Amino acid sequence: MSILSVTGVNKRFGGLKALDDVNLNVEEGTVHAIIGPNGAGKSTLLNCFVGRLTPDTGTVLFNEKSLIGLAPHEINQAGVSRVFQTPEIFSDLSLLENVMIPAFAKSNGAFSLNAWQSVEGQTSINEEALEGLKDVGLDSKATMLASQLSRGDKRRLELAMCLVQKPKLLLLDEPTAGMARADTNNTIDLLKKISGRGLTMVVIEHDMHVVFSLAQKISVLAQGHVIVEDRPENIKGNPKVQEAYLGGAHL
Amino acid sequence: MTFSNQKQKDYLITALFAVIVLLAPILLQPLGLGFADMVQKLAIFGIFAIGFNILFGLTGYLSFGHAAFLGVGSYAAMWAFKLLSMNPIIALLFAVVFAGLFALIIGFVSLRRSGIYFSILTLAFAEMSYRLAYSVLTPITNGETGLQLVQSDPRIIDTAVFGIDYGAVLPTSSLFGIQMTLYPGFYFCAALLIISFYISVRIFRSPFGLMLRAVKSNQNRMNYTGLHSRPYTLAAFVISGMYAGLAGGLMVVTDPLAGAERMFWTQSGEVVLMTILGGVGTLFGPILGASTIKMAEVKLTEQNYQTLSEAFSFLPLGLQEFMVSVASWFTGDKWHLTIGLLFMVIVIFLPGGLVEGIRRLAKLVKRKITKKDQSDTASTVAAE
Repeated sequence: MSILSVTGVNKRFGGLKALDDVNLNVEEGTVHAIIGPNGAGKSTLLNCFVGRLTPDTGTVLFNEKSLIGLAPHEINQAGVSRVFQTPEIFSDLSLLENVMIPAFAKSNGAFSLNAWQSVEGQTSINEEALEGLKDVGLDSKATMLASQLSRGDKRRLELAMCLVQKPKLLLLDEPTAGMARADTNNTIDLLKKISGRGLTMVVIEHDMHVVFSLAQKISVLAQGHVIVEDRPENIKGNPKVQEAYLGGAHL
Repeated sequence: MTFSNQKQKDYLITALFAVIVLLAPILLQPLGLGFADMVQKLAIFGIFAIGFNILFGLTGYLSFGHAAFLGVGSYAAMWAFKLLSMNPIIALLFAVVFAGLFALIIGFVSLRRSGIYFSILTLAFAEMSYRLAYSVLTPITNGETGLQLVQSDPRIIDTAVFGIDYGAVLPTSSLFGIQMTLYPGFYFCAALLIISFYISVRIFRSPFGLMLRAVKSNQNRMNYTGLHSRPYTLAAFVISGMYAGLAGGLMVVTDPLAGAERMFWTQSGEVVLMTILGGVGTLFGPILGASTIKMAEVKLTEQNYQTLSEAFSFLPLGLQEFMVSVASWFTGDKWHLTIGLLFMVIVIFLPGGLVEGIRRLAKLVKRKITKKDQSDTASTVAAE
C-alpha cells in the first residue's frame, strides 16, 4: 500500500518549469530515495510535500488524504516530519528542550495554553525526550545548548526531534551533505536502524553510497521529470539514468 | 532535579521577592526614595516591565507601542470609577479586560510581520491611539484636560447597591474602606506586583513559556514541528498587553486622573529601556531596570545648582565650579542624558543587563572566596 502518492504535480517559477508532471508512489515501510542532478527539482518536490510550496496542478495524497493547501504545522500533525538540508534546530535552547518541544506538539496539538504547570513536571514528556536523545546517542549532552553542537550532532538532534513525534513518514533532505566519510557511515547506520522499525522514509541524497545502502526504491528526477522509478539494482545499469545523472559516464 | 524541587525554588524566589517589595519603603529610606508616591510608581512600572518582558524576553518580538495599553488601561479604569464604582478591583478588571481586547486587535494585525516591521506597526498603532485620544476620541478621553472624576458621575454600583453618598467632596478609590492613596495604595500595588511576578514565573517555567522561547529561537522549525506559532505570539502579546493595562489601571487607582500623554511613544520607549537595562528574558531584570530608571529619574531631577555645589564643596573653588557645570549637563531636566549613557554602557559591556552584571560579580566573589579558602588550607598545611 502506498503511504504517499503523488500524481501529475507541476510547479512553475516564472518561466522555469521546476516540476513537470511528477508521479511518485512511496510504499509504506520502505526507504524511497529521490536522486537527480543539481536543479532537477528534488527540493522543490519535497517542499510540495510539507506545505512550503503549493503545486500548480496535481495531487499529493498522504494516507489517501490530500496535503495540498495545508499549513506546515497541519501536515506535521498529520504525521509527516522533515529533516532539513541545513539543520533547523532551536539553537539557544538545551538539547532536552529541543526534543521536548516536538514531543509537546505531538501530545498537546498545534496550540495549547498550558501556562501554569511546569515543564519539569511533565514526566512522560521528559522521559520521551531523553529516550529520543538516547536513540541518536546524544543523551549525555542533554543539558548542553544546541548551538554548541558540531554539525553532525546537530543533524542527529534534528533527527531525534523528528523521531520523538513517531511520524508515519520521515522526509530527509540530504542527511549527509557536508559530512566526513566516518560521519556519513554513522548516519547510514542510524537511518538503517530507524528504517528497521518499519518507518517510511523519503530521502533526497547526492551521495550514491548512501542511496544504495539505504533505499529499497529509487526515483530519478531530471529537469523536473521522473525518468525512472525502480529498485536500486536496476537503476545502476539503466542507460537513461547514466545519461541524465552522470552525463553518460559509467558507474 | 525533580518536580517538587523546581516548584519549591519558585516559591522561594517569589517569597524573597515579596519580602523585598513589601520592605521597599524602609529599604529605600536611606536613599530618600521611600516615600509613598515613589514606591507606588516602582511597583506600577515593575508590573508594566514584567508584562513587557513576557512578550519581548520570551518571544523576541519587540513592541514599540506598549504605552497604548497603559493608556487604555487608565481610561478603562477611569470610566469604571465614573460609571460604576470607586472599588479598585472593578476598575482594574475593566482596565485588564479592555487592554487585553485592544491588544488582541493590534496584535492580530501587527503579528503578521516580525522583526523591525512588527516594531514599526506597533509604534504606528500607539501613535494613532495617542493622536486619536487628543482629537476624535475626546468624548471618551476628555482631550488635553485628561479624564477626571466629577461630582455628577453616576457611580451606579456605589449609589444603587451600597447607597454610598460621597456628598460634595470628590471621592477617592477605596477597598473595604481603606483609601488607595499613600502607603495603603502602595501595598495594594505591591500585592498585585507580587501576584504578577508569580504568574510570570509560572509562564517562564511552563510548556507555554517553552513554546514562546521556541518562537524566539526558530519559528521555521517550530512550524515544521507541528506547532502553530501565530496563536502563541498572539497569546503572549495579549498577556503582556493585559499587564500593561493593569499598570495603567493602578496609575488611576492611586491617582484618579488619566491623560493621553501616557500613550506617548517615549513611554513605550521607556519600558523597552527598562527591560534591556535590567536584563531581557530574566525574571528579575525588568523590575530591576524599572526601579533603576525610576529612582535615577527622581534622584537626578532633584539636583540643582545648589545641591551640586554642596556635593563638590570639598574641591578647590575653580575646580568646584567646573565640576558643577559638568554635572549640570547630566542632572536636573537633562537627566535623560545620564540614562542614555548608562544604557549605552550596559548594552556595550553587559548585553545581559544588570542581572548579568550581578551574576558576574557573584561569580567573582565566589572565586575569590574559594581561592582564599584554598590558600588558607595551603598555609595551614605548610605550617603543620
